[in-house]
Amino acid sequence: MKTLADAVAGETVKIVRISGFSAIKQRLLDMGITRGMEVKVERYAPLRDPIQITVKGYSLALRVSEGKMIEVEAIEKQLLHFK
Amino acid sequence: MYRIAVAGNPNSGKTCLFNYLTGSSQRVGNYAGVTVEFVAGDCNLCGEKSKMIDLPGIYSLTAYSQEELVARDYIVNEQPDVIINVVDASNLERNLYLTAQLLELNVPIVIALNMMDVAEKKGVSINANLLAQILGIEVVETVACKRLGLDKLKQACLKTIKEKILPKSVDYSHELRLVLPDLEEAINGNTALCGRFPVRWTAIKLLEGDEIILDRLKHNPECEKIDHMLSLAQKKLLAHSNEDTATAIAEARYGFASGAARKVTLLSEMSRRMLTETIDKFVCNRLLGPIILCAVVFALFAMVFQISQSLTWLPLFNGKWVSPVGMMELIFDSLSNATGKYISAPWLQSMICDGVIGGVGGIMSFVPLIFFMFFFIAALEDSGYVARIAFIMDRILRTFGLQGKSILAMIVSGGLGAGGCAVPGVMATRTLREEKDRLVTIMVAPFMNCAAKMPVYAMLIGAFFTQAKGSMMFLLWLMSWGFALGSAWLLRRFVIRGEQTPFVMELPVYHLPTLQGVLMDTWNRTYLFIKKATTIILAVNLIMWALMYYPRFDSAHIKETMSKNSQQLEKVAKNSIFAPVLTGDEREHTERAGSDISDANHQLGALRKKLKVALDGKASGLTENDRHTVVAWQNYLHEQQRLKNELAYNQLQNSFAGKIGLALTPLSELAGFGLRENIALIGGLAAKEVVLGTMGTAYSMGRNSDNDNSESIGQILTEDSNWNRLRAFVLLVFVMVYAPCLMTLAAIKKETGKWRWAVFSATYSTALAFVAAVVIYQIGNLF
Repeated sequence: MKTLADAVAGETVKIVRISGFSAIKQRLLDMGITRGMEVKVERYAPLRDPIQITVKGYSLALRVSEGKMIEVEAIEKQLLHFK
Repeated sequence: MYRIAVAGNPNSGKTCLFNYLTGSSQRVGNYAGVTVEFVAGDCNLCGEKSKMIDLPGIYSLTAYSQEELVARDYIVNEQPDVIINVVDASNLERNLYLTAQLLELNVPIVIALNMMDVAEKKGVSINANLLAQILGIEVVETVACKRLGLDKLKQACLKTIKEKILPKSVDYSHELRLVLPDLEEAINGNTALCGRFPVRWTAIKLLEGDEIILDRLKHNPECEKIDHMLSLAQKKLLAHSNEDTATAIAEARYGFASGAARKVTLLSEMSRRMLTETIDKFVCNRLLGPIILCAVVFALFAMVFQISQSLTWLPLFNGKWVSPVGMMELIFDSLSNATGKYISAPWLQSMICDGVIGGVGGIMSFVPLIFFMFFFIAALEDSGYVARIAFIMDRILRTFGLQGKSILAMIVSGGLGAGGCAVPGVMATRTLREEKDRLVTIMVAPFMNCAAKMPVYAMLIGAFFTQAKGSMMFLLWLMSWGFALGSAWLLRRFVIRGEQTPFVMELPVYHLPTLQGVLMDTWNRTYLFIKKATTIILAVNLIMWALMYYPRFDSAHIKETMSKNSQQLEKVAKNSIFAPVLTGDEREHTERAGSDISDANHQLGALRKKLKVALDGKASGLTENDRHTVVAWQNYLHEQQRLKNELAYNQLQNSFAGKIGLALTPLSELAGFGLRENIALIGGLAAKEVVLGTMGTAYSMGRNSDNDNSESIGQILTEDSNWNRLRAFVLLVFVMVYAPCLMTLAAIKKETGKWRWAVFSATYSTALAFVAAVVIYQIGNLF
């Protein structure tokens, strides 16, 4: 099972589900992290935590521990070749 | 008189909009019973005077945070005439999620489609009219920070109020449409459950699992019936969407938000790369990020000191130039001189010069420093860089029980080592939604080297560590962070226990700080510092002075003590060798030296020196008798000084303050603190600046000293045989760590809502300071 915390910097993934209940989940929901959403992992912080992601055009930071709660699947990347 | 509430996401430009609509009429207050603050102001709504209130920035209306609860309760209970929902046009979909929830409340609402300029740069163009049609409400395009669209907004509000325009009912997903009507029917008419909230809203909240509403259900007479309907509804929902109900509803709302956003948004062909992403590539980079952070911090530090202290850029009337700090010193010096000229009564003169001007003036000269410090901090905050600092620092701070967002509060409190103030620092923790992290940050912010501790540091370092000033300041800075982080770790482990709170933080788009916004922030914080200086410090300085002055020995006692020495006078014959050495006045003075206790000791010292010079110079021409006379005089004067010192010390011991200080000495001696230090530190409980003034007063109760306070106290201490570097260092550490000043304690109480945390803070830090002081002193003494 791949989670957001497993994604590498620069990778775009699709959210499958968010596990758990309670405040953390609600917070994620409020910020727009819902099923089917496409999320791009921009980078990891200098100390490898938190993760900066782009969702719907805005930028969020969340901890690796929170990223582990988000199950994702890879998206077929569109390769642009200009040769 | 209309009432308008402003609601919206954080970073949507809401504050800017509110500021421009209300101007300087703003006042800050607190919602009853909670630690959330509101800002209210007056607004002119096209001729109608109105009151406007800025609700806290929120992403949602759940029951998970104080801000959200406060916002939704306000909207429903206070029933404002209209709500302005500030929506960030460059983030339409996410912002409409909150809009959806506001619409559920079925109240008059106007959308301010803000930050249209940012959206444009992103290549996004929005059809405001279409959005208005879809939602059934007025939608006005604004660029609040440039004051665009505000008049149209006011007109739309007035129209909505007058025509009582209510939004269209929001239709959510198919699943919810199946499930809601039955539930709504079950709770319809149940005012105990719904209160003043709409029935549909209550139904949705029940499905969501809102704690507050569920709690109300438990106590409701129809609890069983409704609960039954609720579980039916939940089962249905689960069957259809394969998700728990809270998620299903959130998704339904997002469905609505996305749908609406998609319909009204046109992405232009060439959407340019956001400048923010480019900047972030450097600023959040693994290697460059921390380097840039250090550079920014260093630059801040340097700029603050240069502008406030080193660079002379303020013009004076006489053609000379001076720095802001220099300007403050000048002002207070001339006030002091003026007092000297126009006020004759010596005790009043002393009280004003030493007590008022000396105490308050010394502190006020730090105001430029603090002003520029807060100025640059506000600029950083406004630009969006502080969020990146939190992003970089989160991992480290988390190890110690803090978190990324704590860094702002720590910096405002003086974390950069160039001054600050814990009062606005503690208030700055408001951005931390996570309660436990916020509490820990509040507890350790006062350990930072604030502007109040600086004069004490300056004096002690200047007196005892003259060669290593820079290194000492650096060491103290490191130690303050050491104590802060160590305490945070302990507190998180043993006192404020519990799970790690969620950390989801938005990294807003960079933008150029607005001068008005920055100045407003700066002034709000600086004002707190000035208020403290002019009220508490003034009061405490006077109180301490009085406590140390009274009760006084009566003059009979003084005469008796000094007369033992005066008897020697009669044995000594007046000798003509004095004529060329001392002036007529000085001779008389010397002869009267015994009875007049108001002489400052340094005058006696000067006389003694003159006599010594006479003795050495005239060595050859003196008879044996002469020499004896001079020596006898010298001994006499020496004895006078000693007696006066002793008398002054006894006087101090005898005073109210002295008695308290003395009572503490058995404990305080372990850390090398004597009577006078105890008194000074007690005064420092009110405001740390007071420590310096009180030390000065305690060590030289003689008045009319010519030098300014900090210099003479430094000199006095270095000449005192009891004092050495170790004691100075111990005092430095103690002042750094012990109880926060009164205003900070008040701020702590305000921010946490409970006195117990303020008391805890004071007790814990004083205990820690004492232990540290004792340990350092005892170990230091072994060498």
